[in-house]
Amino acid sequence: MEAYLDNSATTRCYEEVRDIVVKTMMEDYGNPSSMHLKGVEAEKYVKEAAREIAGTLKVQEKEIYFTSGGTESDNWALIGTAMANQRKGKHIITTVFEHAAISAPAAWLEEQGFEVTRIPVDSQGKLSMEELAAAVREDTILVSAMYVNNELGAVLPVEETGALIKEKNPDTLFHLDAIQAYGKYRIYPKKMKIDLLSVSSHKIHGPKGVGFLYIGDKVKIHPLILGGGQQKGMRSGTDNVPGIAGMGEAARIIYEHLEENNSHMRELKEYFRRELEKFENVEINGPKAGEGAPHILNVSFLGVRSEVLLHALEDQGIYVSAGSACSSHKKTGSSSLGAIGLSPERKESAVRFSFSEFTTKEELDYTLETLKRLLPMLRRYARK
Amino acid sequence: MYKAFLIKYAEIAIKGKNRYIFEDALVQQIKYQLRNVEGTFKVVKEMGRIFVYPQDEFDYEEAVEALKRVFGIYGICPAVVLEDQGFQQLSKDVAEYVKKVYGEKALTFKVNTRRNKKSYPMQSMEVSSELGAVILDACPNMKVDVHNPQVTVNVEIRNKIYLYSENIPGPGGMPLGTNGSAMLLLSGGIDSPVAGYMIAKRGVTIDAVYFHAPPYTSERAKQKVIDLAKLVSRYAGPIRLHIVNFTDIQLYIYDKCPHEELTIIMRRYMMKIAEEFAKKDQCLALVTGESIGQVASQTIHSLAATNEVCTMPVFRPLIGFDKQEIVDVALKIQTYETSILPYEDCCTIFVAKHPVTKPNIQVIKKSEERLQEKIDDMLKKAVETAETVICEV
Repeated sequence: MEAYLDNSATTRCYEEVRDIVVKTMMEDYGNPSSMHLKGVEAEKYVKEAAREIAGTLKVQEKEIYFTSGGTESDNWALIGTAMANQRKGKHIITTVFEHAAISAPAAWLEEQGFEVTRIPVDSQGKLSMEELAAAVREDTILVSAMYVNNELGAVLPVEETGALIKEKNPDTLFHLDAIQAYGKYRIYPKKMKIDLLSVSSHKIHGPKGVGFLYIGDKVKIHPLILGGGQQKGMRSGTDNVPGIAGMGEAARIIYEHLEENNSHMRELKEYFRRELEKFENVEINGPKAGEGAPHILNVSFLGVRSEVLLHALEDQGIYVSAGSACSSHKKTGSSSLGAIGLSPERKESAVRFSFSEFTTKEELDYTLETLKRLLPMLRRYARK
Repeated sequence: MYKAFLIKYAEIAIKGKNRYIFEDALVQQIKYQLRNVEGTFKVVKEMGRIFVYPQDEFDYEEAVEALKRVFGIYGICPAVVLEDQGFQQLSKDVAEYVKKVYGEKALTFKVNTRRNKKSYPMQSMEVSSELGAVILDACPNMKVDVHNPQVTVNVEIRNKIYLYSENIPGPGGMPLGTNGSAMLLLSGGIDSPVAGYMIAKRGVTIDAVYFHAPPYTSERAKQKVIDLAKLVSRYAGPIRLHIVNFTDIQLYIYDKCPHEELTIIMRRYMMKIAEEFAKKDQCLALVTGESIGQVASQTIHSLAATNEVCTMPVFRPLIGFDKQEIVDVALKIQTYETSILPYEDCCTIFVAKHPVTKPNIQVIKKSEERLQEKIDDMLKKAVETAETVICEV
């Protein structure tokens, strides 16, 4: 049996997405910038995707900019707004447990002379609103925070955060990294006072290599990629038509069944959590029962190194992450787990299970059964 | 401009009656290395020389890079090939060649003529001095120095005339296939690929064995070793890599033996398994990347304890190398970048905080007695279930 429980790393495409990707590669393969009919046909797919996506957010189509994915969207949001607004101020706020796509450009901006404040979180990954309120100043040009933490599933109270920032300084921009949240929550930038919002397609059953950045029409931002002037000169490069069309289709489908999907995942997650709590030497990391994102559960199996457990599970057809797949190229370990103050023992043994609408109870039962079988053996052979 | 490569080989020349074996092997290896280079090449043995003749358009840089990977080659000389159309024409061609290659540079030079075609109307010395004068006329910045020239312009008069002055160093060593085979104990580290390269350089073909310990080592660690074997095979030719699942044996030792002896005992069994594969593949020796004192398992005492189980000779070409010297070779043969990828090896997963550094063979043997019940079956199973991958670029 196979159990894919790594949906926060990436997801399987919807079949409808595959079909539209193939169609835009094999039939309607024109370049939207071309003046002829083939180009016009291709352009329709891009417009349609923008319309679908704008609809899910209740924003205007012209506020959606297509990118190469979440990392580009995050980089653009930070660097692009910093460049365009540096005369107003050089102060940026993020949090201590952002994804590297935010923390790395933030560190780069620091080197370029910007000041970055990183707001701490508590043991469950909740952002300190008092500290955020205290940090917003007159020269704060941007606050960037992540909606759902990719490792722990901790959730930001977005509406509260947006209101707080604007109350302290109406000119401060609010960027929301919604890469793990889009397709799980209904997000309305206008109501929630979000100025910029990053999304990645392959986390919502769309293709890889594509994403978007919502940029509110009053936001001042510099383009990062210059060239042929596509997307109103804000993001040059031939439109990735198959990717964009696929992402639009994925967004349409996922938002059609949002509540249904969420309650399915939530039910599975709580079931899985209850069963794991019956195990010995198991600790659940991050949000309490019933809280947090519906699809992410981070668990420490004390006495077993997460990498070893990952490979032992993989051998049984079960796929999970140790920390975050995106950060596994580094040996330094997870930043989020450290940020909520986990002990080294809990950090080293932390495994992330992440679900999707395709996840079944059978897969979880198989995983629980396999864990019961493997854990005693793995614990017996610990590094001395 | 270049129509041929003249291949110089050093040690082969002293091999007496076996010389043809070495030359034939060298010709074969040159052909093998050139197989993926753009263009077609004829490789011929001709009166104590090997020539590589490109048959049509070819990629010069790629061809030189390929030749630089052929063990046994001491120097690669790109040559201009001329028809014999009289001395006047030769003078013109030589002048043009020197101008093209060295231009306005102020260099010292001499002309060295070899006249295999004895019917040529001038003697070697005469040709050299006449051509020297021609070069001085054509390139006024060049000066003659017959004792210590910066450039030697070689003119070989055979049926055709060969003109060359560059000597690109080859890797040296002996042609592959002239010295039997050896079994390399390959890990994902920096040392063992270098050890394999060094032994292959002496003309030895290499097979390899790798110890895999899932779930403690990952699929990526295994792929890394396959990639390393492929990198070494760019020099050493195709490598048969045996991937042994070592987990059960390792856990059995963990259960039964003192923890600080685990690494030594484990390595003794690795040697035994490697020897089994060596016998199967008709190898006559084992090769390891060990260097005295580098880690606890490579003290002279540990090496002696590991060596004790082997009946075959164990070659350790890096034995006297410092780490930096090993790294330098790894960088040269381009295995370094792959070697430093951070995937755990089976040697480090259960390593004790304070492993023995001066193991006593009698004590180790005593500990191994506790493994008697199952170890033979486990070794047999490890050999039988190994996966074999041919690694070739």
